[in-house]
Amino acid sequence: MDFSAFSSQFLVGLSRAMILFVVCAGLSFVLGVLRVPNIAHGSLYMIGAFATFSLTKLIPGSAGFWIALIVAPLLVALVSLIAERALFCHLYQREHLMLLLFTFAISLILGDLVKIVWGAEYRSVSAPALLKGSISILGASLPRYNLFLLIIGPLVAMALWLFTNKTKIGKISRAAAVDREMVGVLGINVSWVFASAFVIGCYLAGVGGALVAPIASITLGMGHSLIIEAFLIVTIGGLGNMWGALVGSLIFGLTQSLGVLFWPQFAIVFPYVAVVIVLLLRPKGLLKSVW
Amino acid sequence: MWGKEERKLFTEVIRSKWFGFSVGLFLLLLILPFFIPRFYVYILALIFVTSLLAMSLNLVVGHGGLFQFHHGVFYGVGAYTVALMLKKTSLPMWTGFIAGPILAAIIGFIIGWFCVRLTRLYFGMLQISLGSLIWAIVFRWYSFTGGDDGIPGIPMPPLLSSLKSSYYFILIILILCLIAMYMILKSPFGNTLQAIRDNPQRCEAVGINVKRYQLIAIVIATFFAGVAGVLFVVLERSVFTELLFWVLSLEIFIMCLLGGWFTFAGPMLGAGIIVALRTFVGIFTEYWTLILGIMLILLIFFLPEGVMGYFQGIFKPRTRETTKGGNR
Repeated sequence: MDFSAFSSQFLVGLSRAMILFVVCAGLSFVLGVLRVPNIAHGSLYMIGAFATFSLTKLIPGSAGFWIALIVAPLLVALVSLIAERALFCHLYQREHLMLLLFTFAISLILGDLVKIVWGAEYRSVSAPALLKGSISILGASLPRYNLFLLIIGPLVAMALWLFTNKTKIGKISRAAAVDREMVGVLGINVSWVFASAFVIGCYLAGVGGALVAPIASITLGMGHSLIIEAFLIVTIGGLGNMWGALVGSLIFGLTQSLGVLFWPQFAIVFPYVAVVIVLLLRPKGLLKSVW
Repeated sequence: MWGKEERKLFTEVIRSKWFGFSVGLFLLLLILPFFIPRFYVYILALIFVTSLLAMSLNLVVGHGGLFQFHHGVFYGVGAYTVALMLKKTSLPMWTGFIAGPILAAIIGFIIGWFCVRLTRLYFGMLQISLGSLIWAIVFRWYSFTGGDDGIPGIPMPPLLSSLKSSYYFILIILILCLIAMYMILKSPFGNTLQAIRDNPQRCEAVGINVKRYQLIAIVIATFFAGVAGVLFVVLERSVFTELLFWVLSLEIFIMCLLGGWFTFAGPMLGAGIIVALRTFVGIFTEYWTLILGIMLILLIFFLPEGVMGYFQGIFKPRTRETTKGGNR
């Protein structure tokens, strides 16, 4: 195995990890504040990708993708806001299992709605002209789009850090994650804190969907396979810990892409094995869970 | 073997008002295949298989209070084991039928051993993770498991060659498993398990090894899930990776919820309703999951105790309080 193959797989894995991070940060945020593993997260990611497809079809040229990158996540956030305010917010008093099953119901419904709106065919989105082609780094040729992902990932991480540490609503949602009764006692409308946390988490799922659109085939099953990966990542990172999501995504993305070098057929298995090893050593995840 | 406790349980069963109903239903199911078309026989058998699966899940979820989120894996392991043994080895056919549940229970033990160290949601998440590992292996190992093509055309022993004989085989195994599960739940072990569900701290304090009990419950439940997997192969003669996918696991969860968590027979009712609905709704529309999702939302909002729990609540509101009231 030569060095260029290694570094190219490494960079591809890293860029894949960035998309996973964007999605998992959203899932982890919802987990931290609402304490619900949002199964619909994968479906929202799928909607983000399909919406990106439609918007790039609608708007010709490379402007379409850039607009879609902004509009598609907002559409996803709108869908989640409707689901939250119409149905989900009435269930906060219930058992956790019910909340979980509710998100499963939403994922079932959204899955079929996507089928009704977009059909069951495979779709693909082409990257904008600026990000087409590839450049060579570390002796490997890397598609420009992956380089773009490598820049976007840290930007999202930074934006999230600023949001949770510097803004008022971010601070409130962190407080709600630790002690929601106390937040309520202080006279803050917890229901709206939950709603905004849910919508922000789902917005990130939409961002992930829009980002993945040019490098993956957009299909009906993409949400289902992603959500399992996302669950694994937030579990090994520590439930509700956003930096844990980053660490988990890196582990997951890198083991998967480097596994291809060693045993192509079973590359899918490597990340799972890594997860098992991490959980054997630290059953509650690498970083501290907010629970 | 047939001690005082068993005799007491036996007379209790005979005298309960459900007993006559169950025996009547059993006799009806025995003669039904002679009067109804083949398709309905098949649907009934599918309901039996799914019922057994849902019942096995409810052992740990409803009675054990564990978040067993990925129960489908054990169903799939049972099915794949018997399928591979019948297809690829020349061992006597019946050994596969025994190996399926046993391997499912072994996998259940291994996964359970990791999971019981954690509680509630963490338990569930870890189980989804480990279960997906097994799914990923089966999905990718083309040369051995056939990958996403699955394994079609599994040979069956001559005794199970016709649909009718498969139907009776499945029915009889189902009844045997139900009796076994009922006895397990009524045994001191079952009572302890339900006590752990209601108040783990107190059980820990009085000296019960909570984790060991939970692990044993998982092994028992996964064994029965493996039996259900074997019966699935008997009925369908093929296996595919969807059996191990998490979507199926959550569907079984819905069946338990629909039927009623805290009742014995509830999951069977739930499985019957879901399988029947999927079959007959599937004739009219391809958007079955949309309907399932809407149904689930309605269920969560209006019927969180399940159909069976709802009716029990109407008919005898007192008993629920006496059985569950002690630990507020």
